Amino acid sequence: MTTLAQQLINGLTVGSLYALMALGLTMVYGVMRVLHIAHAGVFTLGAYAGLWGFRWTGSFWVALLAAMAAATLFGLAMERWVYSPLLGKPPITTLIASIGVFIALEEIYRIVAGPEPYGFEVRLLLPDLRAAGLLLTAPQLLVALVTGALLLGLWLLLARTGIGLAIRAVSQDGEIATACGMDPRRIVALTFAIGSALAGAAGMLVGIFYNSVSPTMGSVTAYKGLAIIVLGGLGSIPGTVLGALLVGVVETLVIGLVDFPLPRDAWAFLAMIAVFLVRPQGLLGVK
Amino acid sequence: MYVYTVATLVGIYCILTLGLNTITGIAGQISLGHAAFLGIGAYTSAVLTVSYGWDFWPALIAAVVAAGGAGALVGAAAIRVREDFLAITTMGVNFVVVAVFLYFPFFGGAFGIGGIPAPRWFGAALGKPGFLVLVVAGVLLALAVNLWLLYSWAGLALLATREDEDAAHAAGVDVRAFKIMAFTIGTALAGLAGSFYAHYLTFISAGDFGFPFSITILCMLVLGGIGTNRGAIAGAVILGVLPELSRPLADYRMLTYGGLLLVLMRWAPHGLLGDASLLGRALARRLER
Repeated sequence: MTTLAQQLINGLTVGSLYALMALGLTMVYGVMRVLHIAHAGVFTLGAYAGLWGFRWTGSFWVALLAAMAAATLFGLAMERWVYSPLLGKPPITTLIASIGVFIALEEIYRIVAGPEPYGFEVRLLLPDLRAAGLLLTAPQLLVALVTGALLLGLWLLLARTGIGLAIRAVSQDGEIATACGMDPRRIVALTFAIGSALAGAAGMLVGIFYNSVSPTMGSVTAYKGLAIIVLGGLGSIPGTVLGALLVGVVETLVIGLVDFPLPRDAWAFLAMIAVFLVRPQGLLGVK
Repeated sequence: MYVYTVATLVGIYCILTLGLNTITGIAGQISLGHAAFLGIGAYTSAVLTVSYGWDFWPALIAAVVAAGGAGALVGAAAIRVREDFLAITTMGVNFVVVAVFLYFPFFGGAFGIGGIPAPRWFGAALGKPGFLVLVVAGVLLALAVNLWLLYSWAGLALLATREDEDAAHAAGVDVRAFKIMAFTIGTALAGLAGSFYAHYLTFISAGDFGFPFSITILCMLVLGGIGTNRGAIAGAVILGVLPELSRPLADYRMLTYGGLLLVLMRWAPHGLLGDASLLGRALARRLER
């Protein structure tokens, strides 16, 4: 029983990292109907920027700020120069362009920072929590606190402010939102900025959590992010959080309990393909 | 010898791009997992010849059947899942297939499969020139299949499916059957290429058939001009030969491919020789005259 509960904690930690990464994907899909594969490149950029910021200043908060700022700038640049010019083209065109950006980015990270992974060791001022035989390590606590704060902030923004209302309106129906006086281009840019900032933070947290930052750290996350937003129903924010936690928990449990020789990444895809075939609109999707 | 190797690999790329053209170019069904079917063909042929002592030729047929069968399953999935969702489904298929090769001891695990025998022709092992002839025959076969598709009733039905699925359905085209057909043919060709690949290199491992290779094949097809056979072949030849001629291109291969995909999608979605590309239209004008 304790093992199961411990696995649950581990799974939820991983899942909350996935959620942070996948939220940007789902928000971009919401306002643009584009699968933003290069989002994983932004995620990796966040990890490198965070590492750089941390080495420069030694402060976790400066590093987090650097990660989110670099990711935001890059996300905005991509919206401006890659996605906006391709608006109105068939979805495949944008998808292929996005994949092109992503694999080029991975190669650029490899050229600039070298192929070998960097360690990302942060001396945390948090304690390891122990209760009833369960362990919540300091990095896990950090992940839980930071993702919790960011998700709460996102929820407040989307549910309680005019900007959030505009984002939700544009993702429901861009034309009607325009007719009501909203500027969809600004909203799309804003969505890219928010989603990329979250991905940047996720990248840095993943770097700290696994104590490793490498050029290819985004690739598995990229495709898993797609699996998650599909599971959650594309464009649905609560669905994405739920899907991410579910994927995190299920793959951790499967790896811990089932003796079947498939890596955890393959399970997420099998789940995604199964959901596609049975319920193409996703778990919480409405269509 | 080096020239033969490059030529043989380019031939294998041609079979792959022609197969992908059947699926994506002619039938309009995006596939981002073409390398998975190359892998299924390669592993089928390798396991049968190495572990079970089969001869090359029956193993070749088995490879084509296995890849085509797996492709038919994906084609059946394409009935429910469309466009960019089909794209990520096929991407997922690629990951799962590679994971199976990598984690199941039956497929050699992380060590791959080595010592794959060369094909034999009337009792003698096929040398490099002979193998090149074999691969060229494979390219011609793939080309013949695609030409037949383009100029037959089935081809018209596939093109109609590509242009407007609902309209094609309304006009009486059995969209489901034709999607499965396109996937089966395209992936069976990939299986043929896979068998050639395994027996030419004599060693295969799961990493050879990953998502980056699928993207490489797609990049070749998009560069040449998606939807045309000349484009498929031109793309495979250009991107197959260029890294051999230029060292930096070989070192930064994925950067080149990624940048190329972005630039093509942004400014020239029809590639170099596609029907609506500058060169393609000039070619059409010349032929009309």
